[in-house]
Amino acid sequence: MRVLLFATCLVDTFYPDTGEATVRLLRHFGVETAFPKRQTCCGKPADSAGYPEQVKKAARHFLSTFEGTDPIVIPSGSCASMVKNHYPELFKDDPDMIRKAQGVADRTFELTQFLVHRLQADKAGLKGSGKVTYHSSCQLMRELGVRDEPIMLLKSLAGAEFVPLPNSTQCCGFGGVFMGKLPEVSMALADEKAEAIIGTGAHVVTGCDHGCLMNIADAMKRRGSSIEVKHIAQVLAEGV
Amino acid sequence: MSRSTTAIPFRVNTARAVCDASLRQAMDYSTRTFSAKRAEGTAQVPLEEWRERASAIRMQVLDNLADYVDRFSANATRAGAVVHRAKDAQIARDTVAAILKDRGIKMVVKAKSMVTEEIHLNKRLEEIGIEPVETDLGEYIVQIAGETPSHILAPAIHKSRKDIGRLFADKLGIEYTDDPEVLTKVARRVLREKFLAAKAGITGANFAIADTGSLVIFTNEGNGRMVTTLPRLHVAVLSVEKVIPSLADLSTFVRLLPRSASGQILSSYLSVITGTRKQGETTGAREIHIVLVDNGRSEIVKGEFREILKCIRCSACMNVCPVYKVIGGHAYGCTYPGPMGIVLTAVLEGMERAHPLQDATTFCGACVEVCPVKVPLSKLLRRLRERRAEQRLTPLVERLAMFGFGTVTQSPALFGLGQRMSWSVWPLLKDFSRSKLFVRLPRPARKTFKRSMS
Repeated sequence: MRVLLFATCLVDTFYPDTGEATVRLLRHFGVETAFPKRQTCCGKPADSAGYPEQVKKAARHFLSTFEGTDPIVIPSGSCASMVKNHYPELFKDDPDMIRKAQGVADRTFELTQFLVHRLQADKAGLKGSGKVTYHSSCQLMRELGVRDEPIMLLKSLAGAEFVPLPNSTQCCGFGGVFMGKLPEVSMALADEKAEAIIGTGAHVVTGCDHGCLMNIADAMKRRGSSIEVKHIAQVLAEGV
Repeated sequence: MSRSTTAIPFRVNTARAVCDASLRQAMDYSTRTFSAKRAEGTAQVPLEEWRERASAIRMQVLDNLADYVDRFSANATRAGAVVHRAKDAQIARDTVAAILKDRGIKMVVKAKSMVTEEIHLNKRLEEIGIEPVETDLGEYIVQIAGETPSHILAPAIHKSRKDIGRLFADKLGIEYTDDPEVLTKVARRVLREKFLAAKAGITGANFAIADTGSLVIFTNEGNGRMVTTLPRLHVAVLSVEKVIPSLADLSTFVRLLPRSASGQILSSYLSVITGTRKQGETTGAREIHIVLVDNGRSEIVKGEFREILKCIRCSACMNVCPVYKVIGGHAYGCTYPGPMGIVLTAVLEGMERAHPLQDATTFCGACVEVCPVKVPLSKLLRRLRERRAEQRLTPLVERLAMFGFGTVTQSPALFGLGQRMSWSVWPLLKDFSRSKLFVRLPRPARKTFKRSMS
């Protein structure tokens, strides 16, 4: 099987290790990863800031870059939701573009969705270590409906212990442009999240979105915590 | 409609609110409790089916709002009430003030009503020498504190027991205590005298039934019933979109409203008031006036934010909102806080004043998940941000940055250049930017993932 990987601008720019872990993980399951070189950003920042004309530029570029029939895998809930849910909505007055956007949306998977539903990775006996807790990103959960998949994967790790995060469905305060608009509120929410994470006694906190993880990592750093903040691709790839 | 064009100083309000430890503690405890109870109260019921039905009923009303309001008015009049139509807040205030003044009333007991907050009724009554006495405990607390409600259901949610103890000691001259039972008894004693002395009562309404002309009021403290039965005059102030077609439809909302608000299967009191006291009846007001407040709603219902008028004021959206939970209701600087409040304030008070509130969402979608009438809050909030940018209410630098962003996303070459540059200039940005943002973001990787893939 072959998939097209959309790394997301955050992974591409800030977290190349997560991109590499994603490729390694997919390869372990016999999936060949193609990386369309022209990819940029899905347009999410402009979407939540309220600039649909700018989002359309990003969306058109994405749709032409990811043409074809292969599944598209994205290691981010909010970017995957952007492509799956927001693109078709964005072009609601343009039937040709809707068709194109819907076609791409139907081929798009968030990473853990693909791992569980296409590759049954939760039954593959991957290995792990230490205590791991998990933050549920909002759009992953509420827009894509991906609630159980990441937890199934983490629970399947032989040698690791999954510890649930209290109040794990409360927003971490990232919210894209929100972080810049109301920084004090954003930090207050990240602090609450960090306290909850520290309270679990976990060695690692993981999630499916680098936006949230970046915000959480900052709050952990301010506390001088030694708990590692890792994308789920990294946690899973360690065991292959 | 009176419109202020001064923008709400929201950023400043939020920065101050997050530093208020006692506020944070009170908000955290209360919103958590409400949310947990709601989750419990809705767990074992066919919630989705009820929400669909409730949403459909509310849409049916909005699609024919003027007709339903006319039907309600005709039937309420037939039942003995006098119906007044108030186009805006000023007319609404003046109407209520005139009804009370004409009858020589000096003091009036009030049940909790957000629309009377919206039209700033109490201030107007005080100006003409009429004392309004709030009788909902929370509303009474904020009234004697000289504040406004910070939550549409629990007006004093921002106050701790200790705050209330100090307030009562200060204003009512009792010895300090933070025992809720004692404090409640004190308030009851004060209010009981007011109930017995009052010649008029003011209420809002949770619903108005078009087919019968009935007013429907949910309360937990029984004060609503006393306000509507003890005084001879009852003035009900409600916004026009509170109308629902029939008593049969009410059953859907009886199931949903208390459960969404506090997880209760039913509120302690549910009053359905159809007209004045009839021959042979022993309770009920002898004179009922109903003031139907439009205040922009017949225009709002035609616009792209119309679905906010489906709202039944349960407060579930604010109880689950991470931003509301951290800053409390007062930071919003308007009558209706939280997710529904951001949307309603924009259409009621205008974009110039309300646009800063539109920053108060992370698009986490928690509100959408709990709304009993399926108001698409995330969609409306996103649309408001678009409207704000269209009206150039966002900073010029943001609009330029977004244009730049859009342009760069179309060009892999420019995008790559931007990535390389961001690595180089990062230390400078971090040192010289006034924004806290750059301190919180990590430095970009020296070698992008794209380059490692080639």
